[in-house]
Amino acid sequence: MDEILKITDLYVRYHTDDAVVHAVNGVNMVIHKGEAMGLVGETGAGKSTTALSVLGILPAKVGQIEAGRIEYNGKDVSKMNKKELRAMRGKRISMIFQDPMTSLNPIITVGDQIMEMLTLHFKHLSHQEKEEKVDRILKLVGIPAERKNEYPFQFSGGMKQRVGIAIALICEPDLLIADEPTTALDVTIQAQILQLMKELKEELNTAMIMITHDLGIVAETCDSVSVMYAGEIVETGTVEDVFERKNNHPYTQGLFNCIPKLDAEEERLTPIEGFVVDPTHLPCGCKFHERCPYATERCEKELPGDYQRGTHKMKCFRYEQWGKETSGNE
Amino acid sequence: MSKTLIEVKNLTKYFDTPKGKLHAVEKVNLKIGEGETLGVVGESGCGKTTLGRTMTRLVEPTGGEVLLDGKNILNLQGKAKNEIYHSIQMVFQDPYSSLNPRLSVGNIIEDPIKTMGPKMPKGELHDKVLELMDVVGLQPRYYNTYPHELDGGRRQRVGLARALALEPRFIVCDEPVSALDVSIQAQILNLLMDLQREKNLSYMFITHNLFVVKHISDYIVVMYMGQVVEYAAKKELFTNPAHPYTKALLDVIPQPDLSRRNRKKKILYGEVSSPVNPKPGCRFAPRCPYATSKCTGGEIPLTEVGPNHVCACTLYE
Repeated sequence: MDEILKITDLYVRYHTDDAVVHAVNGVNMVIHKGEAMGLVGETGAGKSTTALSVLGILPAKVGQIEAGRIEYNGKDVSKMNKKELRAMRGKRISMIFQDPMTSLNPIITVGDQIMEMLTLHFKHLSHQEKEEKVDRILKLVGIPAERKNEYPFQFSGGMKQRVGIAIALICEPDLLIADEPTTALDVTIQAQILQLMKELKEELNTAMIMITHDLGIVAETCDSVSVMYAGEIVETGTVEDVFERKNNHPYTQGLFNCIPKLDAEEERLTPIEGFVVDPTHLPCGCKFHERCPYATERCEKELPGDYQRGTHKMKCFRYEQWGKETSGNE
Repeated sequence: MSKTLIEVKNLTKYFDTPKGKLHAVEKVNLKIGEGETLGVVGESGCGKTTLGRTMTRLVEPTGGEVLLDGKNILNLQGKAKNEIYHSIQMVFQDPYSSLNPRLSVGNIIEDPIKTMGPKMPKGELHDKVLELMDVVGLQPRYYNTYPHELDGGRRQRVGLARALALEPRFIVCDEPVSALDVSIQAQILNLLMDLQREKNLSYMFITHNLFVVKHISDYIVVMYMGQVVEYAAKKELFTNPAHPYTKALLDVIPQPDLSRRNRKKKILYGEVSSPVNPKPGCRFAPRCPYATSKCTGGEIPLTEVGPNHVCACTLYE
């Protein structure tokens, strides 16, 4: 399969007045054509920061890529000039944002907001052709074309997120980054949106990064999974590798145990002890060692490497016998 | 069911809006026994929060009764009204906005005792607050910190300590874990269940999260647009869901399990219609795959469909 996006050793920091936030600490990631990858983790794990870095839209001055390479179709994103970046953003790689209530412009009609994408990226189309394209994408996401002259406040949350999807997909991008697209929505509406994204992905053969904290959503919509903790990917593999639940990183295991089960009775949940680490003061060694039930002295001092078996990769000494990565650097 | 602590009869709340009457809660009947948890599930706008707020009298209801130990608390006024807060307390959804940012943790927790509780000397009050903090798992060093210095999980613990300050018997928990990460959510759920066992507390647990409600509840109420559509013991509800809406909810919830990946889901189309001047009959009918002309006729009563299990649907009449 062809690689669309390749992230190598990405480090991102936010420089605030009080402290330096180590948001992303050495992330490696590869997305292939048509693949859907789930990026899972809790608040502050660095999921969104990774996504923003790919598009080069980190908060100006505060957020900085300290090291690492992001390649889109083999081209280094950091070496692109403004024009090239602009041509890529929205057209080749697009993003759906978490909160449909705030990511749309309240004083521009929905139709015009979708049209803006075409005005920027398909300058050669006539107005008539653009209108037709807008109508077609609205139909595809399940909004009657007549509603394109309405404003975002006239739409419900689910409908607004459909508009967000229409904006993201109208240029038929190679890669779609969906940042918690259904977190703000109700369960029944979430099911509609997930189904819609699944269908559109098949139809357009778009690759997708699905950022979420919900392992259930990953199980239903993704082909592969990366689990993030404190700015690192601690486990990555196909959905089968991870959801088989035979071999998991202690953090992933903890996440699974935190979710109450629908089909079994249990007296108590097994929470992950302690709290998410403070990204301004990261611990030495494995970042998860303070909360890990298997932690040894070694975990406190030494950072585990990526140990790999087949498609399954793990950042934990418990899987050392799997051996180091065969390809890639080091 | 153990001895009934709270009974709600025909509780109704309408809000006046420029467009007409918004039917937020409509003729709700429930019972909560001592030491039991009633889960209330539903989507946003279904009236679950308003139900909780009318039961704690944060919102005055349009009609109906709330009986605490058989005594209606809705017609109490003045001092007598304040007395109910010795028995009934509430934990709010958003731990970021439900704590006064200008009060320290200690001040927040002692507030209910100072305003409504027994008079006690300063030292005793201080000890009482530390004891409450210990109960909810907050270290004493947080006594003088402010809410903004704490993370979501610890803030929710402060909210819980405040609710426990007057030693109530019944706590309305309005989505207490939905703003928290899963690992923290599990800690708070365990804490709530431990406290219930120790103090024989009763909870009304309002949430949209089916996993959570399944875990914590003894009985479950499913609400849709202000009405109770199904009411059953937990196990019964999850093994034999009766109402088409409940069935749909259970069917579409994403589970971390690959075996469910490729099955055909019964996705509900359409959206919740407006609760302002709703049409007569079943409010779920416009989205219901089984809807017939019978559904839009008149009021649909809750009928018994199993042991401890009632459902409002024409399929079971």
